[in-house]
Amino acid sequence: MITMLEAIRQALRDELAGDDKVVLLGQDIGDFGGAFKVTQGLVEEFGEQRVADTPISESAMIGAAIGAAMVGLKPVVEMQFIDFLACGYNQLVNFAGKMRYRWGQGASLVVRGPCGAGVSGSAFHSQSPESTYLCVPGIKVVYPSTAEDAYGLLRSAIQDPDPVLFLEHKFLYRRIKGEVGHQPIPLGKAALRRRGEKLSVITYGASSHTAQEVAEQFGDQVEVIDLRCLQPLDEACLFESVKRTNKVLLYHEAQKTLGMGAELSARISEQLFEYLDGPVVRVAAPDSPVPFSPNLEKAWLPGAEQLAEACRRLLAY
Amino acid sequence: MTGEQLLQAYYFLKLNRALEEQLLKFYMQNKVVGGLYRSLGQEAISVGTAMALEPQDWVAPLIRNVGAFLVRGYRPRDLFTQYMAKATSPTAGRDCNTHFGDIQRGVVAPISMLGAMIPVMVGVGWGSRLQGLDRVGLTYIGDGGTSTGDFHEGLNLASVWKAPMVLVAEHNQFAYSTPTSKQMAITDLVDRAKAYAIPAEIVDGNDLMAVYAATRRALEHARSGRGPYFLECKTMRMRGHAEHDDARYVPAELLEEWRAKDPIDRFSQRLLEEFGFSQEQLSEQDQRVAKLIEEDAEFAERSPYPEGSRSQAQEGVFAS
Ligand SMILES: Cc1ncc(C[n+]2csc(CCOP(=O)(O)OP(=O)(O)O)c2C)c(N)n1
Ligand SMILES: [Mg+2]
Repeated sequence: MITMLEAIRQALRDELAGDDKVVLLGQDIGDFGGAFKVTQGLVEEFGEQRVADTPISESAMIGAAIGAAMVGLKPVVEMQFIDFLACGYNQLVNFAGKMRYRWGQGASLVVRGPCGAGVSGSAFHSQSPESTYLCVPGIKVVYPSTAEDAYGLLRSAIQDPDPVLFLEHKFLYRRIKGEVGHQPIPLGKAALRRRGEKLSVITYGASSHTAQEVAEQFGDQVEVIDLRCLQPLDEACLFESVKRTNKVLLYHEAQKTLGMGAELSARISEQLFEYLDGPVVRVAAPDSPVPFSPNLEKAWLPGAEQLAEACRRLLAY
Repeated sequence: MTGEQLLQAYYFLKLNRALEEQLLKFYMQNKVVGGLYRSLGQEAISVGTAMALEPQDWVAPLIRNVGAFLVRGYRPRDLFTQYMAKATSPTAGRDCNTHFGDIQRGVVAPISMLGAMIPVMVGVGWGSRLQGLDRVGLTYIGDGGTSTGDFHEGLNLASVWKAPMVLVAEHNQFAYSTPTSKQMAITDLVDRAKAYAIPAEIVDGNDLMAVYAATRRALEHARSGRGPYFLECKTMRMRGHAEHDDARYVPAELLEEWRAKDPIDRFSQRLLEEFGFSQEQLSEQDQRVAKLIEEDAEFAERSPYPEGSRSQAQEGVFAS
C-alpha cells in the first residue's frame, strides 16, 4: 500500500523511465523534491535536464511547456499550489486550450498540483479551480480520489495528446493509501464506488470519500459515483445510475455557483427529466473565499452532516 | 535620524524579533495554525523602510514584513491572533498571518501570489497623484518574486507613467530552496530595474540607518514627480522558508557569515558606541518590548476562535 502522494510520484517515475520525451518542470522540484515532496528523488534518477527547476514564473513555465510539447516533448508542469495557476492562466487557456481547434496542432502537456481545502491554507492555498478551467473548451480536467486512480490517470494524462489539468487534493496526499497497479487508467471513465437503489450521489475528489462514509449510514439506498474525470465526462455512467435510482444529489467542495454540479444538474434536467422523482439537489461550498480559521473553514466546507441531511430530505421527498 | 527616531527604531527592531520569538513558542505549542514565516535577520529592512514613510504614504507589507506593520501602529496581538486564527484577529479569522490591512493606516493587505502587489501599488501612487494627493506607494518583493510577470509589468508601467512608487527588493539569497543563481542569470536585482530606466541602488539591508536613508532618498525621488525608485537590500534569510523547512540546502558557512552581520546587534552597537546611548536606555526599551509581548501574548491566548457558523463563513463578500 502506498499513499496517493507516492502513487503520483510513481506515475511520474514510470513515465520518465518509459518515455524519454517526458520532462518535469516546477519550482523547487529538483533537489528539494517540491513543496509537498511529490518529486523527491526524481532528479537523482533522471537528471536536471528532465526534472527542471524553474524560476517563479508560472506564465513562462506553461508557455515553455507548450512550446516544448510542440517540438515533441511531454511536459508535466507542477504548480506549487494550484492557486498559482491563476498567474499562468493566459498561456493555458488561450494558447494551449485553443490551439488544436484553431490550427490543428495539439499540445501534450499536463499541469498538475495540489488543490482543495481542509488544511487551514486560507484563501490562496485552498481553492478548487476546476470550473474555471471546465468553462474553457480544450482543456481536460482530471481529479482523482484514490491512490490507484492518481497513478493510472496521471499516466494517461501524460500520454494524452491534449492539455490536461490534473488536480490533486492536498488533504488526500498522505491520508489515503492504496494498492497501485502498473497500468494507465483511461481518461473519461467514472467509478461506481458504492451501489444503492434510491439515490445517486455524484461526486469527485476528496468529497468522494465523505460521500462513501455518508452513504454507509443509509444501507443500500445511496449510490456513490466518483467522476474521476470532469472533462471528458462519463455521462453514460451517471445517466445510467440516475435512471435506476431516479434521484440525484451532486456533491463537491468547489463553490456551488457554476460549479460542476450546476452543469450536471442542467444536463440531467434536460435529458432525464422524465426519470426524476425529486429535485436535482446540490451540496457544495458557499460563494465566498475559503476562510482560514479552522471553525470557519469547517463551516464553509460542505461536510458529512450537510450531505447526510440533504440525502435524508431527498430520500423522503 | 534624530535621537528619538534612533531609539524608536531600536524599539521596533526588538519588538519585531521578540514578537517572532513568541510566535515560535506558540508554534512549538501547536497554537499557530499553518506555517510560521520568519523575518529573522531581515528586520532592519521592514523597520527602516516603514519608518521612512510619511503618514500619508501607503505600504503593502509581505509575509516577512512584520516590522512594517508594527511601525504603522499594529500591535503584536494583531499578528499573534492572525497566526493563531482567533476571532479577535484583524481579519476575524478569515485570513492568515500577515494577510491583513487597513486603508486608515495606509496598509494594503497582500495576497500570496508573488509580485501581485507591485502593479497595485503603482496604481495607489498614480491614482493619488491624479487626484492631487501627495502619496507614495511602497511595497516589497523577494529575489524569487522578481521572476514573476507582475514584477516586470508593474515596474514597466510605473516607469512610463512616472508613478510615485518605491519597490524594496529583499535579496535574501533564497526563494524557498532555490538560490538566486538558479533563479536568474544576474547577481544584482538592480539590473532588473535598470532595464526599465528606474533609478536603483544597492543597500546593506542589515544596516538600519542605511536602509532608512536610502528609503528617504527613494521617497523624495518618487514624491518629486520623477517616477519610481528601486532599492535592493542585500540580506540573508536566516531560517527556513517557514519553520517547517530545515533549510538543509543552505550552506552553513553562509549562515555563519551573516550571523556576524545581525542587524540588531550592529544597530545596538552603533547606538552605544557612536551615538552615545547608554545601556540603561536600551534596557528600558527592552523592558517595554517584553511587557507588550507578554500582555499581547496573553490577550491572544485568551481570545476565542470564531464560532464557525455557515453564515459567518459566507458573509462579507460584497458591500451589501
Ligand atoms: C506566483 C507565485 N508562485 C509561487 C508561489 C509559492 N511561493 C511562496 S513563497 C515562494 C518563494 C519566495 O521567494 P522570494 O520571493 O525570494 O521571497 P522570500 O521567501 O525569500 O522572502 C514561493 C515559490 C507564490 N506565492 N506565488
Ligand atoms: Mg528570497
